[in-house]
Amino acid sequence: MQYLPNILFALTLAVGIGYFVMNVRKLSRNIKLGKDVDRTDNKSERLKNMLMIAVGQSKMVKRPLSGLLHIIVYIGFIIINIEVLEIIIDGLLGTHRVFQGIIGDGFYAFLIGTFEILAALVFVAVVVFWLRRNVSNIKRFLSREMKGWPKSDANYIIYFEMVLMTLFIVMNATDVPFQQAGIGNPISQFVAPLFDGFTPETIHTIERTAWWLHIVGILIFLNYLYYSKHLHILLAFPNTYFANLKPKGQFNNLESVTNEVKLMMDPDADPYAMPAEGAEEAVPEKFGASDVADLSWVQLLNAYTCTECGRCTSACPANLTGKKLSPRKIMMDTRDRLEEVGRNIDANKGAFVDDGKQLLGDYILEEELWACTSCNACVEECPVNIDPLSIIMDMRRYLVMEKSAAPQELNMMMTNIENNGAPWAYNQQDRLNWANE
Amino acid sequence: MNVPTMADMMAQGKQPEVLFWVGAAGSYDDRAKKITRAFVKILHQANVDFAVLGVEESSTGDAAKRAGNEFLFQMQAMMNIEVLNGYEVKKIVTCDPHSFNTFKNEYPSLGGKYEVYHHTQFIQNLISEGRLKIDDTNLKGKRVTFHDPCYLGRANEVYESPRDLIRRLGVNLTEMKRSRETALCCGAGGAQMFKDAEKGDKEVNVLRTEDALKTNPQIIATGCPYCNTMMTDGIKFKEREDNVIVRDIAELIAEANNL
Ligand code: SF4
Ligand code: SF4
Repeated sequence: MQYLPNILFALTLAVGIGYFVMNVRKLSRNIKLGKDVDRTDNKSERLKNMLMIAVGQSKMVKRPLSGLLHIIVYIGFIIINIEVLEIIIDGLLGTHRVFQGIIGDGFYAFLIGTFEILAALVFVAVVVFWLRRNVSNIKRFLSREMKGWPKSDANYIIYFEMVLMTLFIVMNATDVPFQQAGIGNPISQFVAPLFDGFTPETIHTIERTAWWLHIVGILIFLNYLYYSKHLHILLAFPNTYFANLKPKGQFNNLESVTNEVKLMMDPDADPYAMPAEGAEEAVPEKFGASDVADLSWVQLLNAYTCTECGRCTSACPANLTGKKLSPRKIMMDTRDRLEEVGRNIDANKGAFVDDGKQLLGDYILEEELWACTSCNACVEECPVNIDPLSIIMDMRRYLVMEKSAAPQELNMMMTNIENNGAPWAYNQQDRLNWANE
Repeated sequence: MNVPTMADMMAQGKQPEVLFWVGAAGSYDDRAKKITRAFVKILHQANVDFAVLGVEESSTGDAAKRAGNEFLFQMQAMMNIEVLNGYEVKKIVTCDPHSFNTFKNEYPSLGGKYEVYHHTQFIQNLISEGRLKIDDTNLKGKRVTFHDPCYLGRANEVYESPRDLIRRLGVNLTEMKRSRETALCCGAGGAQMFKDAEKGDKEVNVLRTEDALKTNPQIIATGCPYCNTMMTDGIKFKEREDNVIVRDIAELIAEANNL
């Protein structure tokens, strides 16, 4: 019977990690629903971007207060994983504070001491986060797409971190031998006296409970990620790695269009020619995007990475002037629709069955798309290099090229370009008049 | 004004140093034409051997592309590339950041590879080569603020050349709170210039003009004909046309040099 806790621990761990792996598979399958785009070039520059932006948080600090708080929580998260490692080894082997014996008292004291201070700092940071979100009137936390689940999601994450940090301190505070050794307990020594009146058994029970809740909490948190904007703590790394490296003003030239235009402009091409023998049945290419499968896997990865911070929206000129467009909403809608498609595939044994819905119209409105000035403010602003603009542009392309549904004035502008070589109805022969006026 | 065309040049068997791409606004819009002429005066003063396409110039297709009409864009691009390559053009200068961006970034993969300069970059080069001087006495001390065009700034990270030129005017340059990477769009990009804005509570150009007015400027400097229109309209809307003027950097230089 003495192995019962170890077995129980191993089982808990297996369930927690197993469920996580299952969700990661689903995540990667959903992302792969997107169209292919090559992001294997310039490996060193990509790596550098990832190190600077995701690891080094270089874009977070552009807003100093939230940047600093975020860095505290981020460092806390990374470093405390060492503690989690110890917990896992202890749990599996039935040891207690196994690292202490391995690395020696001095270094162990330093390590755990640092964790405790970080835990306290993280606690303070998330309290400030909570206040910012729930008490102060910061506009980007109050927009319409932040009602309901997105708001609660953000708060749940905060509560989670508060509880985990508290458990960590309590666990240390009630570890009597640890307290008596007086090493690495800069914070928990002040919590320990709270338990003075308790019997040793009770204190031990509290310690074990906190220990268990701590690790179970972490496993639950791990599995919560998939359902939450908090997924960015994992995806920020690949997302910054695969992000666009070209100048922001460079929009891709659709290759399918290039082929058709070349054919149209080639005087030797026979428009009535039959496709060559054995050529693939020509499936008419769909221009632009109306649903998630028309987007690229990078755009879908973007959607899962979005942490709903709203920095993009708060810089968007359309949004700032009261228009319906919010680049954050574009990303959230894309993710919501992708999840819906994913669930559809799960429910239909691996194949998507038309549900009569699509991203365009059911989630993102034309009015939002047409409000965009393509200024790249959102792209510049995003701390994890998400490109909401590319999705907006792909959907405009669908509206114009597949649906001929551009606003009337834009149709006129395009007719003018076609007929006069200028967006206005001037005669091309008058192009040089300015020189003689 | 003496403005040679590529066709003239070709007839004389000459190849100019640079092609000046005027753009639709610069050719037809009354306000933008002044920018075009100012830039040509600068080219003349620096003895730059340039030419324009004149009636052979057509839309770059930028507005069509940003509106979502990739077909029309690529048709325009391929037609233009045919003309440009026919004249063996190597170097292009333009006062329009949209044309600049499209030539620089979007034409190459369609077969149009050129060395492309925004006029502020080009003028900066003329100065560093000693071909042009800016007189820093005529506008001395004027309070100036500069509005970054999205397609020059964020889109291509050209922030310094316009500022360098402005400083050479001897003026007093004050930055807006939102500037460089964080500059607010003037509201014209993405083909918005050609349509009414969606419903909102303000026009983007008005908000941007308010940004500019907060620096208490006498001159709002621009580097794009569309930005120029948007800011000029904004100043009119705010009824400040009596004490604030909107000028392209080329116009300011032409004025400083008494051209
Ligand atoms: S590019 Fe479009 S969505 Fe992005 S900030 Fe500008 S207007 Fe907003
Ligand atoms: S796209 Fe980027 S900036 Fe916008 S909400 Fe998502 S993470 Fe934040």
